[in-house]
Amino acid sequence: MARITAGIATSHVPAIGAAIDHGKTDEPYWKPVFEGYQWTRRWISEHKPDVVILVFNDHASAFSMEMIPTFALGCAEHYGIADEGFGPRPVAQVDGHAELACHIAQSLIFEEFDLTIVNRMNVDHGLTVPLSLMFGQPTAWPVKVIPLAVNVLQFPPPTGNRCFALGEAIARAVEAFPEDLNLQIWGTGGMSHQLGGPRVGLINSSFDLSFLDRMTSDPDALRQIRHIEYVREAGTEGIELVMWLVMRGALGKNVVERHRFYHVPASNTAVGHLVLETLPDIAET
Amino acid sequence: MSPRSQLVDVEELADIPGTLVFTTQLARKGFHLNQFCMSLMSADNREKFKANERTYLEAWQLTDAQMKAVLSRNYLAMMAEGGNIFFLAKIGATDGLPFQSVAASMSGLSQEAYRAMMIAGGRSPVGNRSIRGRC
Repeated sequence: MARITAGIATSHVPAIGAAIDHGKTDEPYWKPVFEGYQWTRRWISEHKPDVVILVFNDHASAFSMEMIPTFALGCAEHYGIADEGFGPRPVAQVDGHAELACHIAQSLIFEEFDLTIVNRMNVDHGLTVPLSLMFGQPTAWPVKVIPLAVNVLQFPPPTGNRCFALGEAIARAVEAFPEDLNLQIWGTGGMSHQLGGPRVGLINSSFDLSFLDRMTSDPDALRQIRHIEYVREAGTEGIELVMWLVMRGALGKNVVERHRFYHVPASNTAVGHLVLETLPDIAET
Repeated sequence: MSPRSQLVDVEELADIPGTLVFTTQLARKGFHLNQFCMSLMSADNREKFKANERTYLEAWQLTDAQMKAVLSRNYLAMMAEGGNIFFLAKIGATDGLPFQSVAASMSGLSQEAYRAMMIAGGRSPVGNRSIRGRC
């Protein structure tokens, strides 16, 4: 049967993608950022998943103001690369796992998540920057990807509590899929940042570090964080952290933190990164 | 936890200094402005816009205030008129500017000073959390 064995959290700052695409990863500004992912690149080459469920947000690429789905699951065979205003990133197209994605979509809707199904979508830096960080610049990505797009542009995004519960339901759906597949789930975006208004440039390292801690020590507390607290403490775009909670919800009660990286700044953003592995549930007595 | 406890009211949002949250009301105001920005995802449209900005914008049902804000690249004004920063970023990309220069233009700092502030750890939340609470 299919199973989720690990979760990755990572920021998806577009400038990181531009640094990779333009060969700037060794520049003093960028070098510390990429060094923070070296451990993970080795780890993932040894623990390569068959499929990644990649929780990200679209940045006015696939979805305009015409339609704004709260949760949209990609069920396509392939995804093109979006032109975000300066031409598409020079990266490989993304291959989906349509059969598993359709199974997950059906399961989630029966679990009363009112999901949007997406059969054609170009993906932007929200999805491709995490792939580049983990796998570099291959001619073809070494994994299949099931994109889960979460609305965080139009306020309000789904609550952290709802995102966590969606992750739990995703895990149940995956376990019910008969094929023997090793999956990871990645939660992307964040950490603290604000991209507009006179308060632009806000960074809150103490909020971020506490959030990183509580991903393992107290995820239930993270579920309770209200939107107003995300915006006030972590900035208007810091609210993207709700996407990490989809990932955390899917990993079950017991996880172990294998790797952590935190760095300020990448452009306007605090970069946060975690590698979490699942542990078997301890039987409750 | 009751879902109602998650509700955020407009006054709470307005209490955060220097911050405009992209509510559904603001989105309604900015619909055409943001759709214009979407059109800049095609290279052909970017060229048409650059060739004659005013003529291009006239096809998009913008208000006078929105038109003026775009032509003068006043990002704070564009946001006040309902522009969402991720849509507006496409204007900066069309101008060939890194996003950080767009960000800096809203900060009241020069691009160099803004970049230095970010390298030094970013804008502190201290004093930037609440207008009423002055914290």
